[in-house]
Amino acid sequence: MLKDITLGQYYPADSVLHKLDPRVKLLGTILFILSLFVFQSVSCYLVATLFLVSVIKLSKVPLRFMTKGLKAIFVLMMITLVFNMVLTPGTPLIRIWKITVTVEGTKIAIRMAVRLIYLVLGSSLMTLTTTPNHLTDGMEKGLGFLKWFHVPVHEIAMIMSIALRFIPILMDETDRIMKAQTSRGADFDSGNLIQKVKSLVPLLVPLFISAFRRANDLAMAMEARGYHGGEGRTKMRPLEYQRRDKAAYLILAAYLTAMFLANYFVKITLPAVW
Amino acid sequence: MKIIDGKKLAYEYKQFNENGEVESTLKAVDGVDLEVEAGDFIAILGHNGSGKSTLAKHLNAILVPTEGTLYVDGKDTKDGSKLWEIRQTAGMVFQNPDNQIIGTLVDEDVGFGPENMGVPREEIWRRVEKSLKAVGMWEYRSHSPNKLSGGQKQRVAIAGVVAMQPKCIVLDEPTAMLDPNGRKEVIRTVRELNRTEKVTVILITHYMEEVIHADRVLVMDAGKIVMQGTPREIFSQVEKLKSYRLDVPQVTLLAYELRKEGLPVPEGILSIEELTEALERCRRQLCQ
Repeated sequence: MLKDITLGQYYPADSVLHKLDPRVKLLGTILFILSLFVFQSVSCYLVATLFLVSVIKLSKVPLRFMTKGLKAIFVLMMITLVFNMVLTPGTPLIRIWKITVTVEGTKIAIRMAVRLIYLVLGSSLMTLTTTPNHLTDGMEKGLGFLKWFHVPVHEIAMIMSIALRFIPILMDETDRIMKAQTSRGADFDSGNLIQKVKSLVPLLVPLFISAFRRANDLAMAMEARGYHGGEGRTKMRPLEYQRRDKAAYLILAAYLTAMFLANYFVKITLPAVW
Repeated sequence: MKIIDGKKLAYEYKQFNENGEVESTLKAVDGVDLEVEAGDFIAILGHNGSGKSTLAKHLNAILVPTEGTLYVDGKDTKDGSKLWEIRQTAGMVFQNPDNQIIGTLVDEDVGFGPENMGVPREEIWRRVEKSLKAVGMWEYRSHSPNKLSGGQKQRVAIAGVVAMQPKCIVLDEPTAMLDPNGRKEVIRTVRELNRTEKVTVILITHYMEEVIHADRVLVMDAGKIVMQGTPREIFSQVEKLKSYRLDVPQVTLLAYELRKEGLPVPEGILSIEELTEALERCRRQLCQ
């Protein structure tokens, strides 16, 4: 049962975005997020909205999957909004008791909210269209230059992909241990929070021991099959840029230029209320 | 040609106390002479703790003998510079199928060994295809290993070793965690590899049924090789095997008991067919 849960939040579909090289998507996401913070005029947000909407349309991922990510940051966003509205000094807009909501504060808050929402949408779009494995591959290759700064890029990628492979196995194991302990009288469900946490001990201890044993076995199996780090290793599925990846880079460049132009040359004046 | 040549092999496990002093030593392997000809199918039997797995780990240079010498395909396992060559010559399949599959897809896992060896990409794909076909798992190449049965996972693990084109495959209790069907699958695959690809096989197990097709059987107890010979020779010594806490195959045991009761059944019966034939002969003899 636990085996069938999907990892990360990959949404399988057949779209251009799914087929793109993970490096393009990684760089694209990073640049998109940066652009949201660097360019702050209203016209820029229009360009960003246009870009985001068309990319979401391209991805063929249903919108409700996107909004899942938003739920997670709802509380954080609310706190940011309230603090911005209340604590920014300026012309008062509404006054309730001792709390003053200012015009400037509201402006900043709205800007903040838009940025946060776009940030979450943009990054979840990447994880929704890229398998975890592909992502690891992309990171290994895309961040390959960090090797010169003695960052063990290959090793980190290897650790990530092994972790991904073992998640379902350890989930299964957890399930098994839980059943075994329940049949011996362990109670995982009742009691207050502290009691519940305490009742996890008989679950976690065997799980940890088993995980270490597995790690030991796996290390031996890897060595037995000649694994000795990334040096002199070939790849059976190397990442190579296709035509569509180059096209995607061009679109990305076009988007950044549009943002830049919008920021400096297009002035959208909002109604006088603002 | 000898692919494995070990002389007076010994390996000690040391147990340390809190101060880092040696508290006790356990000789897991004790003065073993092991010679294996290329292309042979060797089975090593022994109950738990007899040292058979420790011995197996020496053949792949995961462990290095504390005493004695071991040459794998003419290379000394103590020579650190030959380590990767040795691991390529003698591939190893372990007991737990989950803990030895590295890739998240079947073909990725089979390609892991060749990738480590720096084999060019086209060649990797050729090898992956060939070895997956050899173990009959080619249709599953793009599946996740988590969705396979134990026997299938173990076959994938074997394919992963075969893809490294080793001269010798060491299987350390590959069937211990499998159901009877999975066991049969794996043993059939191993025999097939031995027959068609002429790969030397060293099978470590405690299931007697699996060794009857071996060219030579070694029995280990307390770190020493205590019996050696063809399966027939070994299984004709039922009492001796029992003293090493090993069971003989059920057919062999039945034949042995019948013989003890005075029926003229030959020694060392290995299969049901042999026994029925022998009993038929007995019947005819008695009728006359």
